[in-house]
Amino acid sequence: MSTNLRAAMLSVVLFCAFCFAWQLWVGAQSGVAGDVDPEYAALLGQQAKGGSAVPGPLDVGKAIWAHIANPFYDKGPNDKGIGIQLAYSILRVMMGFLLAAAVAIPIGFFIGMSEVFRKAVDPFVQILKPVSPLAWMPLALYTIKDSGASSIFVIFICSIWPMLINTVFGVAGVRKEWLNVARTLEVSNVQMAWRVILPAAAPTIFTGMRISIGIAWLVIVAAEMLVGGTGIGYYVWNEWNNLSITGVISAIFFIGVIGMLLDFILARLVRLVEYAE
Amino acid sequence: MTGEKPLISVEGLARRFPTAGGKGETEIFGDVWFHVHHGEFVCLIGHSGCGKTTLLNILAGLDKPSDGVVIVDGREVTGPSLNRAVIFQHHALLPWLTAIRNIAFGVESRWPGWSRQKVREHCQKYIDMVHLTGSEEKRPSQLSGGMKQRVGIARAFAIEPKILLMDEPFSALDALTRGSLQEELLSICQNTQQTAFMITHDLDEALLLADSIVLMTNGPDARVCEIIENTLPRDRTRSDMHTHPNYYPMRNHLVEFLVNRSKRFREEISTSSYDPRHPPVVRPSASPEKPGTTKWAS
Repeated sequence: MSTNLRAAMLSVVLFCAFCFAWQLWVGAQSGVAGDVDPEYAALLGQQAKGGSAVPGPLDVGKAIWAHIANPFYDKGPNDKGIGIQLAYSILRVMMGFLLAAAVAIPIGFFIGMSEVFRKAVDPFVQILKPVSPLAWMPLALYTIKDSGASSIFVIFICSIWPMLINTVFGVAGVRKEWLNVARTLEVSNVQMAWRVILPAAAPTIFTGMRISIGIAWLVIVAAEMLVGGTGIGYYVWNEWNNLSITGVISAIFFIGVIGMLLDFILARLVRLVEYAE
Repeated sequence: MTGEKPLISVEGLARRFPTAGGKGETEIFGDVWFHVHHGEFVCLIGHSGCGKTTLLNILAGLDKPSDGVVIVDGREVTGPSLNRAVIFQHHALLPWLTAIRNIAFGVESRWPGWSRQKVREHCQKYIDMVHLTGSEEKRPSQLSGGMKQRVGIARAFAIEPKILLMDEPFSALDALTRGSLQEELLSICQNTQQTAFMITHDLDEALLLADSIVLMTNGPDARVCEIIENTLPRDRTRSDMHTHPNYYPMRNHLVEFLVNRSKRFREEISTSSYDPRHPPVVRPSASPEKPGTTKWAS
């Protein structure tokens, strides 16, 4: 049996064990819920006959399926299909991310070419990089005065650092002998940048983009919880306000799936530009 | 060869680097004078640390001398030029380009007006010349060490340079591959009348390829010790070279230099009339009339 097949079978076993444990835990909870004052229980949205507020794996499975079956319905600002909410989030991430790439890659390219610049810019990057992107939110809201644009700005600010650092690193690390080859062939500076430095640094740059999009997808949920209105982050918070734990868990599932897809796409792009030495 | 103007003239070349402590400078080599004539193949031999690679980089225009000049075809070298192709020690192919694209990279820079078709045909000619027909579309990672260096050779010849500069081009290859590449290089150079300057520490490589051999003493403060004229016939091959009566006199002279004289050259010149501008020219040979005759270059 191949390793992959064995791994897949083990995955299924692990999943079943997880669901079983989950179901057992939910069953134990329902006993506790039975002792609660029925009026409070009704307020919490529990069934008076002693059902649990925590859904079992089957309930969540059903909810996820319902979302997949009808992802794009729109019944007013507080009840939109999960597809619409995810699309809003993906759109914001893409805008912030592409904006950051358009800024970070050219700037990183120039910084990478000069050792003086590299050293001069380093302290700023080192200070700004560890700041939680959400700390920028009030500043963004105050200056931009638009909540949607502010969340895009937060994505921009969090995705810029990995791309900038990797581009600088990639450009600065281009092998001297490749540059020397180009110099002995009297290649112009533009050609040198375009045909030697860029392809040589591309795998590092794209790896930076991959790190960035991962961080951007983490941050968008928190940013949308803050600004509200639309998006998967807002959806999670809304479901919590509705005390729909089922909704929260299914949202977690969808956030994970989209994050995986984004990472997969970027990993593919990295592989496209990679070269073996 | 004395009457003709040399193609490369190295005049009083010196290169100094700042010492590790930061105070003062170490002279790697100094007062280096030698010439390379049209169609001549010159090898430079010396121990590592005598600045061989630095010297080649200066000839290529990749490094600047601290003193002295290199004059090529009547003009001082101020930077790299397509007239001087370099074959690097570690092939230095661009790994993201196929073999033929690596060659085309230089060709497109040499003749920017050429059509895609013309560039391709030109590159194919040189791919065929180094016997890589069929491997045009392979990337360097898919080629063996010898094949990579063949691409490097094709890339250098494809821009039709006046001078070919080589920095121990075969040192990273196994003996068999090295042998066949040396013979190919020799025949290509002879067929095209290519002027070439090669750095090596392989004595047999120098004996096979070179018309004259520049001996460099140990660094720091390396000097040109003497210039050896190869007394083996020009039609020598790797397989019959060692049967010629001049082979051992030539080889022994080089071994003696590398093992003993390269270290104590300072003492040697203090007792002789050494003139760095005209290092002694030696023609080691088995013929009894002029064994190891020293004559002075004009």
